[in-house]
Amino acid sequence: MTPAGLPYDVTVPVVLDQVSVAIGGRPILRDVDLTVHAGDMVTLLGPNGSGKSTLVRALTGLLPVARGEVRLYGTPLDDFGDWQRVGFVPQRSTATGGVPATVREVVASGRVGRRRLLRPTSAADRRAVESALDVVGLADRASHGVSQLSGGQQQRVLIARALAGEPDLLVLDEPTAGVDLPNQQALADALRRLKERGATIVLVAHEIGPMMPLIDRTVVMRDGWVAYDGPPLTQEVASHTHHHPHEHDVPGGHDHAPHVSSPFDWERRNRP
Amino acid sequence: MSFLDLLSLDFMQRALVAALLTGLAAPAIGTFIVQRRLALLGDGIGHVAVTGVALGLLTGTSPTWTAVVVAVLGAVLMEVIRERGHTNGDVALALLFYGGLAGGVLITGIAGQGAATLQAYLFGSLNSISFTDVVFTAVLTVVVLVLTLGLSPQLFAVSSDQDFARVAGLRVRGYNLLIAVLAAVSITVAMRTVGLLLVSALMVVPVATSQQLARSFRATFVGAMLVGCVASVGGLLLSAALSFRVAVAPGPTIVLLALAMFTATWPIGVWMRRRSRLMAPFPEVTAAPHRSADEHVHEHGNDCGHPAVPHGDHVDYVHDGHRHAPHGEHYDEH
Repeated sequence: MTPAGLPYDVTVPVVLDQVSVAIGGRPILRDVDLTVHAGDMVTLLGPNGSGKSTLVRALTGLLPVARGEVRLYGTPLDDFGDWQRVGFVPQRSTATGGVPATVREVVASGRVGRRRLLRPTSAADRRAVESALDVVGLADRASHGVSQLSGGQQQRVLIARALAGEPDLLVLDEPTAGVDLPNQQALADALRRLKERGATIVLVAHEIGPMMPLIDRTVVMRDGWVAYDGPPLTQEVASHTHHHPHEHDVPGGHDHAPHVSSPFDWERRNRP
Repeated sequence: MSFLDLLSLDFMQRALVAALLTGLAAPAIGTFIVQRRLALLGDGIGHVAVTGVALGLLTGTSPTWTAVVVAVLGAVLMEVIRERGHTNGDVALALLFYGGLAGGVLITGIAGQGAATLQAYLFGSLNSISFTDVVFTAVLTVVVLVLTLGLSPQLFAVSSDQDFARVAGLRVRGYNLLIAVLAAVSITVAMRTVGLLLVSALMVVPVATSQQLARSFRATFVGAMLVGCVASVGGLLLSAALSFRVAVAPGPTIVLLALAMFTATWPIGVWMRRRSRLMAPFPEVTAAPHRSADEHVHEHGNDCGHPAVPHGDHVDYVHDGHRHAPHGEHYDEH
């Protein structure tokens, strides 16, 4: 409910209302306001350490919000239960685990939010997986092992995994990092087809490249603030400070003592 | 008494049933543990369970029950430390390993039992398995198999990408705890045949063997259970056959048999991975300048011995570090 007692608009996919996020007690995002409208594709740009990924992790509920409120489809994040409407492509995660898996198996795991417990795979599950493979152009590689694919193709597998859940809102954290141009083009084609279906897309990007014509709006982050929010910018305009190393290096990050001395330090596990 | 007579003995039949169940349960949960890159988790839980066995010996209750309870508590504690501490928390886990083993040996001493009593639990034993133990093992195996097979989509998602699984709406902490608890349960299942110190091998080695040949998760999972059954039943028979000459606990023979199967499949896996790397298609890049190979006397073909790698609509033959594409009467450098 709004302060006036009215319900929030359930058609608006993402609202960040004066959101502040702290990691390990250090404020990272400060008073961020952001509204993403249905069907829009919004890119988040900004130098390293500006808080793009933190923002994305806060809006997917992976990081707790220190102050303010995140609402997805009009529901505050704590009460939000409709997670099958949200697709997520995490940053720098590899598609390979300790055990080999085929492309189809990894993509099929994207259905997990829509599956009921202890039920076999349904025809709808299979259709969604095939369609997701088709959208990213990997249908002919479905039975290949994921580890046989190049980095860019693995990134497309992760996008197909998110698409298999048939999300209305897709959140991608740096899907183009270290991806060659043909694969960037394939990513852009996949996102265009998703956008044509009416999905909302929030994209953190370092390189926009072939995705430029799809973008409706650009948000530039700087030092945890929204520095620009408006019509699309190219990354050259958006980030003159682009490759300056500016990481949030918290001192004493990793030593060799087991950290059981502070069992109440909840934030620690959430460090990205 | 011959080897076949041995098979007709009650305790031997009970041991075989227990071994078969162990061979199914340990690799089933082991596949998800290896997928999560926590291959040594089982080892840690096994060490902690030693304290559980010792508590059973001290109090006079069934060591199997106390081992289950302590192993589950240890597994939950490790999961909590892993979640709250560093992403690996490996040092904290190591402390728990040593504490479990040292505590177990100390308590066994206090209970007035010798090392021989504990040894049956550390390395397995042929003749200490009672009918109740078999029933107990069977029930726990069914629980492990029903949960790992029934929840495999969820467990696979959580084991391969925690962040993704959390955003998909799964209760990741609950599934992590479930994996840890199922690992603890299968360790207690395996305690009587392989023993606590070697049980982790039966969770990891069959998976490592199976993934040399398998390309999919499902094939790895089924293959690991197959390898687990062959290794544990075969190892048990081997230990029984050897028992006419020397006293050998079944644990070492089971693990060595599993390792032998790994050693046999490993070269095949290396060869298959190398071949798939060599034969991976070359990327298609537009507007490459036309260069022809100079003075090419060799004629490439299906059986010429040079790998024919797909490249767009044709193949490139890999020849002394060059890529030769047939073009009319000559070969182009691609």
